[in-house]
Amino acid sequence: MWVLNFRFDFLITEIMRKHILIISSFLIFILACNKDADFLNTAPKDILTDDAVWKSEDLTLSVLADLYNRYPEQQTITNWAEFTNFDEGFPSEAGNYWRTKQVDYPYDWWNLWDYGYFRDLNLFVQKCQAADQLSADVRNRFVSEARFLRAALYFEEVKRMGGVPLILEPMEYNFSGDPTYLQHARAKESDIYDFVIAEMDTIKAILPDDASIKSRATKGVALAMQARAALYAASISKYGVNTPTVSLAGGEVGISADKSTAYYTKALAAAQEIISSGRYSLYKKKTEDLQDNFASLFYDKSNNPEVIFAQDFKLKSGKVEDWTLNNQPWSSAEEQQGGRVNPSLNLAQLYEKLDNTYSPFVTNTGSDYVYYDNPLDIFAGRDARLGGTIILPGTKFKGVPLDIWAGVMYWKNGQYNIITGDNFGDQDSIPVAGAPKSSQVVGADGPVDGLQFSAQTGFYVRKFMDQTVGSGQIGTRSEVWWVRYRYAEVLLNAAEAAFELGQNDVAATYINQVRERAGFTIPLGTITFDRIVHERRVELAFEGHELFDNKRWRLAHKVWNGETISAADLVTNIGKADKVNTMIYGLWPYKIYNPGNANDGKWVYKIVKPSNVTAAHRFKLGNYYSQIGSDILSNNPKLIKNPNQ
Amino acid sequence: MKKIIYLALCVAVLSCKKDNYDSPSVTLAGRITYQGEPINVSSKDVTFELWEPGWGKNGAITVNVNEDGSYSALLYNGNYKLIIPPSQGPFRSVLNNETNSDTVRLQLNGNRTMDIEVMPYYMVRTPQFLLTGTTVGASCKLEKIITDVNAKDIENVFLYLNQTAFVDGTNYIARSSIAGSDIADLNNVSLNVEVPASTSANGSTGDQQYIYARIGVKISGVEDLLFSPVQKIDL
Repeated sequence: MWVLNFRFDFLITEIMRKHILIISSFLIFILACNKDADFLNTAPKDILTDDAVWKSEDLTLSVLADLYNRYPEQQTITNWAEFTNFDEGFPSEAGNYWRTKQVDYPYDWWNLWDYGYFRDLNLFVQKCQAADQLSADVRNRFVSEARFLRAALYFEEVKRMGGVPLILEPMEYNFSGDPTYLQHARAKESDIYDFVIAEMDTIKAILPDDASIKSRATKGVALAMQARAALYAASISKYGVNTPTVSLAGGEVGISADKSTAYYTKALAAAQEIISSGRYSLYKKKTEDLQDNFASLFYDKSNNPEVIFAQDFKLKSGKVEDWTLNNQPWSSAEEQQGGRVNPSLNLAQLYEKLDNTYSPFVTNTGSDYVYYDNPLDIFAGRDARLGGTIILPGTKFKGVPLDIWAGVMYWKNGQYNIITGDNFGDQDSIPVAGAPKSSQVVGADGPVDGLQFSAQTGFYVRKFMDQTVGSGQIGTRSEVWWVRYRYAEVLLNAAEAAFELGQNDVAATYINQVRERAGFTIPLGTITFDRIVHERRVELAFEGHELFDNKRWRLAHKVWNGETISAADLVTNIGKADKVNTMIYGLWPYKIYNPGNANDGKWVYKIVKPSNVTAAHRFKLGNYYSQIGSDILSNNPKLIKNPNQ
Repeated sequence: MKKIIYLALCVAVLSCKKDNYDSPSVTLAGRITYQGEPINVSSKDVTFELWEPGWGKNGAITVNVNEDGSYSALLYNGNYKLIIPPSQGPFRSVLNNETNSDTVRLQLNGNRTMDIEVMPYYMVRTPQFLLTGTTVGASCKLEKIITDVNAKDIENVFLYLNQTAFVDGTNYIARSSIAGSDIADLNNVSLNVEVPASTSANGSTGDQQYIYARIGVKISGVEDLLFSPVQKIDL
């Protein structure tokens, strides 16, 4: 009997084995199809349908939120490495040293051809306008916000590519086999700027006039964008004569010189409308410490009177940023990383002395070093934005003192010799009789040449850095926002427009407000072009302006001309708008070990070029407007190429 | 299991036919010349484009011109169009009689050597380099070739020194310059530059007993510089 039983079992197993596929698909069929009608009518949970969206204010807002989220950026806190392409910062990360070893900028860098985003924006405008189930106020605000974003994208396109096809309706293909009716030629560069300016005039009256709204479009940001766009158009029109070959016969690139006055006037008017509204003001909550005040301006999100428009982040929401994680000083790091963006000495020395004069940091008198009691002393008496933008040796971050020094200089055989380490805070014995057997010979933050995450220029970045505990942890990160428009830039835009229109006094009034907040007590008398350029560089460093400012002033090919600069070149002509700035330098502190001498324990400084800075950047005329991809050109024969490429 | 193996074998055998295309094997080479004399340019800067019409997508084959004005490209046989983009090089394209434009038709049927004739703004004639002590002196004659409405002035003349044979505006360890407005006589241009105390300052090659020199001419409104041939100088 047990044999039979066994046989039967075997049979079952055999059947199972052979027909497992059939059985299981049968089971799936039975189980899945409990009721056809229900199954086929399940509402999708991962897409929003037109029917559902345009009835509901909340869902429409969700669609709009996605559009906000795609706002175009170049240099931003969520893309740290882009800040190290020029001369503001050095990339202290092994995978990014190529940025300081590359001579030429490829012509297709910074190119942008985002017609998918344009289409979504045009669809939103079209469908939201027809959404009669939303209340008129809500609908008008939504439509205006989408038009704001569309103008922002056109502004970004024209900054990078010049005139692009101006498409304001969603286009549909009729499957006729002939797509030529969908191909549009490039508009003139001035047409795109005119469009942006005109859109802002229309929507500023509809958008809320409320300075407490920072992450959505308001009247304030509409005016701020209008001022910036008009200023860009004006300066291209005025300074385009310096680069006559950067133009196209059809006006797709280049704006004729006679338009500059009108654009400057528009820029000044838009900026003055914000200024006279009194809705915004410079951030001055911590006037007892102006450096701290300037740093707080970027991370203080409660009632910040200066920020006009920002990309906001929120902890534990999934939308967090890692600027602090990427750039935290090693001495207070919460992970085994940080310190990536190292501000350059080129930038640091631009910050003036408080008597309004430019001066390099004093490292030597004659043939001898200058000895400082405290590492911070060399930076004393300067523009408060120096310490507000850059973490300096001798300061603190998150309550932890910075430990930035490159080595020990000890006196032996009638000269200084250097001993240093090759890792953070290395110990070694100084080869002098009576020296301790082992002592620290390099700072816990570096600089160690070629050691990633160490302060290879002697500096770490402070702007946008989050003081909160946990902001440097991978699991937490930061909710500090990315400031896209702020009041100080509006003042500087007004100052530049007024200066170009010959209203020097008006320009001085605006520029001096910004400088007074930075600790300057002597107002500037006359404003020069060099002053305008300088003030923007120091106020707006690490905010994504430098490339586009140098492009619109047609300075980029002079400032980044591919010529090697020496340490001597570096410290001359500070504050000149067209100063050659092709290579990044650093400033390294050394500790003196010379027992019995008055200088023992003091600090000296050396100007150093990090060994990974091998190339002098060269911005060619073909870089002014980025290359349009050959796939885009072959899809649309009406497009013409950008010049000099 | 066996079935799978057979299947895999079949896939492997059937899919591996001979490759559809041979690799490009035809060499087009030559020089950029003026009256048969090569035009020296900077390294990796000057390019021209070859277009092969008839294919679905348009895209140029970019050919780099070497420092000494020579070029070479590995291509397929076919009919090409050659253009030098207007922004390239210290020269202008010559009108081609066949196409009545700056486009040159180019038929490739086997290896071909072809010099491309252009109109340079200037030519560096009889460059001479002389080492005296630790100073390199250079002199040359600058001949203005384009003298019609398209003529351009000289912005600067440079004398560059480098450790390697690549000597140009981004590859140098020492240089001197003279502004175009300060040149009294284009037939007699001379410059001096001090050889740096350590010729190894820019790399790890160690002190070397020779150096390379070259004269570069920046023409106003033209991005690429015109050069003399590279000269090796024993120190």
